[in-house]
Amino acid sequence: MVSATILLLIPLLPALGALINGVRAAANPVTHKNRTITNAVALGSTGLSALLAAWTVITYVGGGMSSAYQHAYYTWIPAGLGHVGANGIASFAVDFAFRIDTLSCTMLLIVTWIGFLIHVYATGYMAHEEGYTRFFTYLNLFMFMMLLLVLGANYMVMFVGWEGVGLCSYLLIGFYYDKNFAADAGKKAFVANRIGDFGFVLGIFLIFNTFGTADYGKVFALASANPAAYAGIATTICVLLFVGACGKSAQIPLYVWLPDAMAGPTPVSALIHAATMVTAGVYMVVRSNVLFRLSPDAMLVVAVVGAVTAIFAATIGIAQNDIKKVLAYSTVSQLGFMFLAAGVGAFTAAIFHVMTHAFFKACLFLGAGSVIHGCGGEQDMRKMGGLRKYMPKTRMTMLIACIAIAGFPPLAGFFSKDEILATTFEHHGFLYFLGMVAATCTAFYMFRLYFMTFSGDYRAAHVEGHPESEPEHAGHDVIPSHPHLDDGDIHSDKAHGHHVEAHDPHESPWSMTGVLWVLAILAVIGGFVGIPEMFGGAHPTIFQRWLSPVLLPLGGERFEFPEASRMQEALLILSSVAVATLGWFIAFVLYKKDSAFARATRLRLRFAFLHRLLENKYYVDEFYNFVFVGGTLAFSRALSWFDAHIIDGIVNGVRHLTVILFGHGSSLFDKYVVDGAVNGVGYSARGGSRLFRKMQSGFVQNYALVMAGGIVLVAAVYLFTKP
Amino acid sequence: MPEAIPSTAAYLMLSGTLFAIGLVGVIIRRNMITVLMAVELMMNAVNINLVAFSHRFASLEGQVFTIFIITVAAGEAAVGLAIIIQLYRLKSTINVDEARSMNG
Repeated sequence: MVSATILLLIPLLPALGALINGVRAAANPVTHKNRTITNAVALGSTGLSALLAAWTVITYVGGGMSSAYQHAYYTWIPAGLGHVGANGIASFAVDFAFRIDTLSCTMLLIVTWIGFLIHVYATGYMAHEEGYTRFFTYLNLFMFMMLLLVLGANYMVMFVGWEGVGLCSYLLIGFYYDKNFAADAGKKAFVANRIGDFGFVLGIFLIFNTFGTADYGKVFALASANPAAYAGIATTICVLLFVGACGKSAQIPLYVWLPDAMAGPTPVSALIHAATMVTAGVYMVVRSNVLFRLSPDAMLVVAVVGAVTAIFAATIGIAQNDIKKVLAYSTVSQLGFMFLAAGVGAFTAAIFHVMTHAFFKACLFLGAGSVIHGCGGEQDMRKMGGLRKYMPKTRMTMLIACIAIAGFPPLAGFFSKDEILATTFEHHGFLYFLGMVAATCTAFYMFRLYFMTFSGDYRAAHVEGHPESEPEHAGHDVIPSHPHLDDGDIHSDKAHGHHVEAHDPHESPWSMTGVLWVLAILAVIGGFVGIPEMFGGAHPTIFQRWLSPVLLPLGGERFEFPEASRMQEALLILSSVAVATLGWFIAFVLYKKDSAFARATRLRLRFAFLHRLLENKYYVDEFYNFVFVGGTLAFSRALSWFDAHIIDGIVNGVRHLTVILFGHGSSLFDKYVVDGAVNGVGYSARGGSRLFRKMQSGFVQNYALVMAGGIVLVAAVYLFTKP
Repeated sequence: MPEAIPSTAAYLMLSGTLFAIGLVGVIIRRNMITVLMAVELMMNAVNINLVAFSHRFASLEGQVFTIFIITVAAGEAAVGLAIIIQLYRLKSTINVDEARSMNG
């Protein structure tokens, strides 16, 4: 039996860690001392929380997993009790409740264990940083919020976590807050997320208005018992929820914040912007699968947005030279795959891909962090190369993760991506085609990254003469795009401020490489829980059966996992391996066989326009900047002009009119009679006010004090003279 | 009805304390940003009052008001910060005592 106390402790321990470290960081913001205490608090709280999470999952599975375990700790929002609304909704009461079922178990294990590993890695990566304790405060706070998000038993608790992780993401992107690009990237993430959250919160309102509750169990029970009644409203609800997911999980059109979010320290990119937070949108869609399945239209929207994002981001990833930017666009693209899966009804494949992606993408990001760490803060892949010699452990683990994400069997990424593509093939031929192209691009840009970083010779010394940086075809120098973004492009981890002087790259400490190995091993074996029948698994796969309790029947009709014929399945697997090989082969020819990249340069010159388009990310940032930022500015200028010309004009016109109409005619009367009276009053007033003008000190706070005193006086008179 | 409604007095005391802290902050602090924060504190003390009474009388109106106030407060904070920035550009300081050209 799951223990409610232990369940509560899982999120509370990181919260406690954040509190302790937060107080310590506030008391002593820049110190390099007492790092042991910070480590003990941060690692201890997340480690213990991870152990408790494992224990909870074990007890839940041991208890037979017959039904979801739910525990309400207290009534969180007991608003409007006894108040019956027009539609018969009794009250707006929300419990602070946690829910354990197979879906939240999966997410719980991913979040706590990957989170713990990344905490360990960060102790090595951040060792030389100022604000060390502040960093771990934010990281622990993030763990708390993320755990609220996945454990919450209703949409409101999820929303608290949802906003909380957004806050932590903002704080950590802007961790180097004295650098403009980091502060701007943080703001951008916050604004883009706010747009999504607006949709999400409207979706929650609509759920409450329709079902009278925000509790998962009750909402889904109502919807699954009577699908026909809710099919109409479900489309609106799901589209609104999906807007929220677009913001959090960086889908078109709100994906623009995620690449810029790489301005944060690399462990943050791995934990928040690859493994956990950005998958919250996928989790939410899968959590709401009952509602989504009611509405084929909403499902189609999800699938199309996912597929288009997958290919859009993958093509951008091809032309990036910043190692973290490549990984960032790769993350956007992989998230697109997850939504594609959810949109075609392969909810288990979506969560499966969340899991495998957490393994290999965290490994890739942390490997990139290790590379950046070893190269003295350099992020430009054109200035790397040949790191195989210097960082053998990082190289091995990144190679494994590259193979996994490219989708070669039998690594984790193969099984999850194949399941997604196979299900897509069943439903939608064109989306399948998009997915296949995106998969080819994935294999290409991942191996391009690998070859540029680890093969050939180390290029940092003689980069000036390098063909890739000749000014006439380096799009960066030619295109004046807005400066802060470009600043963030290449120099972002210059803020990661150790070893600025040039010397040979070095391997990272064990705390970093050890974590890399754990993640690499997970990236190898993680896929076996979803092994299809073809390779000796079962139908449905272990992972599908594990998650099937979450996929409630609709109106008595059970959720069926599609089963393809052997022949079709074999062909699909062959073709997905073929596209992965194709991507690898192109990268091999362009970047490995030819270590001067002469072929790549020729190719780029041939397709200069296309390359520039991709390198500049289809100019979406410029477009948004022009339309939204420029639009807002133009609107406020228009208002300012309206104020200066129209409002002031009216006021001035009235004055002129008054002067013309009355001024001249009555000036004589005015001069002698009125002025005489007015001056008389004026003189007496001036005499009198000489006494009181000292009260008008100009100190606003004096006025506030007098006002407060007056209110106290009035209140006192009122209270004491009341009969 | 919930198990036991906590006494409204506790909420009112909290609200009163917060209000007093905010008022003192407004009166004694010289940094304009701190003053703005103190004003926010007073406003939230009022919000707590509204929510407490809303809970006491089991009606949603107070809470709806609170949501409105929070929304308006966001706008108010934006305007306040804009004023502070303009003042800083004008006087190169955000000390409230420097902004007293309206004295008599």
